[in-house]
Amino acid sequence: MPDVWRHAGSETSPEEATSRLRLVGRRFVRNRPAMFGSAIVFLFFALAYLSPLVTQWQYTQLDFNAFLEPPGGTHWFGTTQNGFDVFALTMRGMQKSLVIGLLGAVIATVLAATVGAFAGYFGGAVDTALVTLIDLLMVLPAFLIIAILSPLFLGRTWLVFVLLLAAFQWMVTARIVRGMTLSLREREFVQAARFMGVPGWQIIFRHILPNMASLLIIDATINVSSLILAEVGLSFFGFGVQPPDVSLGTLIGDYAGAALTFPWEFYFPTGFLVALVLAINLVGDGLRDAFDPNVQGASR
Amino acid sequence: MAGFLFRRSVYLICLVVLSTSAAYLLAATQLNPRARYEGRNPPPPPAVVDATLDALNMNDKVPVVTRFGRWVSDLTRGDLGQTVDGVSVNAELNRRMWVSLRLVLVGSILGTLLGVAAGAYGAVKQYRMSDRLLTVFSFVVLSIPVVVLAVLFKNGGIELNRVLGFTGDTRLLYTTGEITPGVDPWTAAGILNRLAHLVLPSLVLVAVGTAFYGRYQRNAMLDVLGSDFLRTARAKGLSRPRALIRHGLRTALIPMATFFAYEFALLFVGATFTEKLFGWHGMGEYFVDSVTKNDVNSVAGVTLFVGVLVLLAGFLSDIAYAALDPRVRV
Repeated sequence: MPDVWRHAGSETSPEEATSRLRLVGRRFVRNRPAMFGSAIVFLFFALAYLSPLVTQWQYTQLDFNAFLEPPGGTHWFGTTQNGFDVFALTMRGMQKSLVIGLLGAVIATVLAATVGAFAGYFGGAVDTALVTLIDLLMVLPAFLIIAILSPLFLGRTWLVFVLLLAAFQWMVTARIVRGMTLSLREREFVQAARFMGVPGWQIIFRHILPNMASLLIIDATINVSSLILAEVGLSFFGFGVQPPDVSLGTLIGDYAGAALTFPWEFYFPTGFLVALVLAINLVGDGLRDAFDPNVQGASR
Repeated sequence: MAGFLFRRSVYLICLVVLSTSAAYLLAATQLNPRARYEGRNPPPPPAVVDATLDALNMNDKVPVVTRFGRWVSDLTRGDLGQTVDGVSVNAELNRRMWVSLRLVLVGSILGTLLGVAAGAYGAVKQYRMSDRLLTVFSFVVLSIPVVVLAVLFKNGGIELNRVLGFTGDTRLLYTTGEITPGVDPWTAAGILNRLAHLVLPSLVLVAVGTAFYGRYQRNAMLDVLGSDFLRTARAKGLSRPRALIRHGLRTALIPMATFFAYEFALLFVGATFTEKLFGWHGMGEYFVDSVTKNDVNSVAGVTLFVGVLVLLAGFLSDIAYAALDPRVRV
C-alpha cells in the first residue's frame, strides 16, 4: 500500500472507518436473544451430527429388550413401541430438518434474487414472463401440489422434496427484489457500468444484488424456519420425507397419537423442533435489527 | 381505467385457468384411482373396474388429453365431475365450504381483533412488561407448527374433561367433529353442543391469529408512533388515546389490509391442519383427503375454488387499501 493512501486513511478516526459489515456484526453480537439463538442453533447442529457417533443406539436399530420404555439410563429419551431409541430418532430427525431448512432456504433465496432481479432489470418480455410465473405459482395451492407429487420422493433422495418446498417459497421475495431492482436500475453506478459495456447479467450479480444483501440474508434466515415448519406440516400427513428415513415432521406425525399415553415419544421431537425454530427466528430478528439503521436504540 | 380493469381481469382469469389445468394434469398423471380396486378381496373383474373408472373419467388407460378434454367440456357446463366415491364435486364443495366457514369464522375474527389490539397496545407500551409478554407469546406460538398446536389443545381438552370428571357421553369440551351425532342442532342443547365442539379448534385459531397479527400490528404501529401527523393531532388538542386510535391505529391498519383481505376471502378454504386434527369435514380436510384418496376431480375442483378465492382476495385488498388510504383515491 503506497504511503499516500495510508496517510489518507489515518485522517479519519477509527470510529468513522468502521465498515458496514463490522457495524452490523457488532450490533448483532450485542443483541442478547439473537446471540442466544445462534448458540442454540450451533449446539443443535453439533448435537444432531456428533451424537450418533458416540451414542450406543442408532436410529435404525431396534432394542428387543425395551419396548415403550420411559426415558432412563440406556435410552435417554425412552423407546418406541417397536423398540426404536427416541434420542437417536430425534437426532436423525433434526439432521433432516436442519438440512432441509438450510438447503431449501438457500435455494429459495437464490431463486428469488435471480428471478426478481432479472425481471426488474431487463423489463419488457422477460419481466412479463417472470411476473406471470410468480403470479401463477402464488395462485397454485402449494400444499396440494407437493402432496400430489409426494409419491415421487419414495425411494428417491429427499433432495427432490427440498427442491419442491423451495419452489413454492420464493415468490413474495422475488416481487420485493423486482421492485428494488426497478429503482436501483436508474442509479448512477449501474448506469455507469451499463455505458461501459458490462453485460446485464454481470451488472445484476455484481452491482444490483450486493446492494440488497441485507434483505436477502434476512430472507434466507426466515426461510429456514418457515421451511422447517412446512416440512412438519407435510410430513405429518405422510406427504413429506418418506420412510424409512425420518425427520422431525414424520416423528411428530407418527407419535402425535401417543402424546397422552407415552408422552416421551411425542414431546422430545416436538420440544427440539420448537426450540430449533424459535432459535432460528431469534437469529432472523436479530439480523433484521442489526441491518436496519432505523431501529430504535441503534448504536454503532 | 375501464380498459385497465378489463385487461387485468382477463389476465387473472387466465392465471386461474392455467393453475387449474396444471393441477388437473398433475393429478391425472400422478394419482392412481385404480389402486382403490386393486387391493380388494375378492378382486373385482377388470372390466368392471374399467367401467367404473370410465364413468368417473379417471381411467388411466384413456389418454390424459382425452380425459382432460372431457373434464373441460363438463366444466363449461359448470360441472366439476364426480369424486371417487361417486358424489358430485360441486355438491361436495358446496357442503364443505360452509363447514369450514362455521369452524374458522369465530376463531379468525377473535384472533384478528385480539392480535390487532394487543399489537397496537404493545407498541404504545414498547419495552414494558405487557409488550415483552406479547413479543414472547408471538415468538413462541409462531415457532410451533399448527399441527402440534392443534394436538396440544386437543390433548389439553381431553385432560380437562378427565380432571373435571366428564368421562361419560356428555363432555365439557369435544375434540372430534362438529356436533354429537343424533343431537338436534336447532335446540338449546344442540347449540350448546355445537359450542362445546367449537371451543378447542377456535382456541388454536385464536392463538395463531393473535400471535401473527400481534407481531405485524406492533411493527406497523411503531412505524406510525413517531410521526409528525400524530404530534399534530395532539397539538390541535386531541387527547392521547383519541389521537392514538383515530390517527395512529387507523394509519397503522393500512399495511395490514392485505392480510385482512386474504384472510377474509380464504375463510371458506378453512384451516387444513385444525380441521383434520379435530375431525371437521370441511375444505381443509378435503385438501388432504383428495390426495390420499387419489381423487383427481376433487384435486382439480379444490384448486379452481382456491384460485378463484385468491383472486377475489387480491381485489378485496385493493379495495380495502383504497378505503383506508386517502392517498390511493385520485
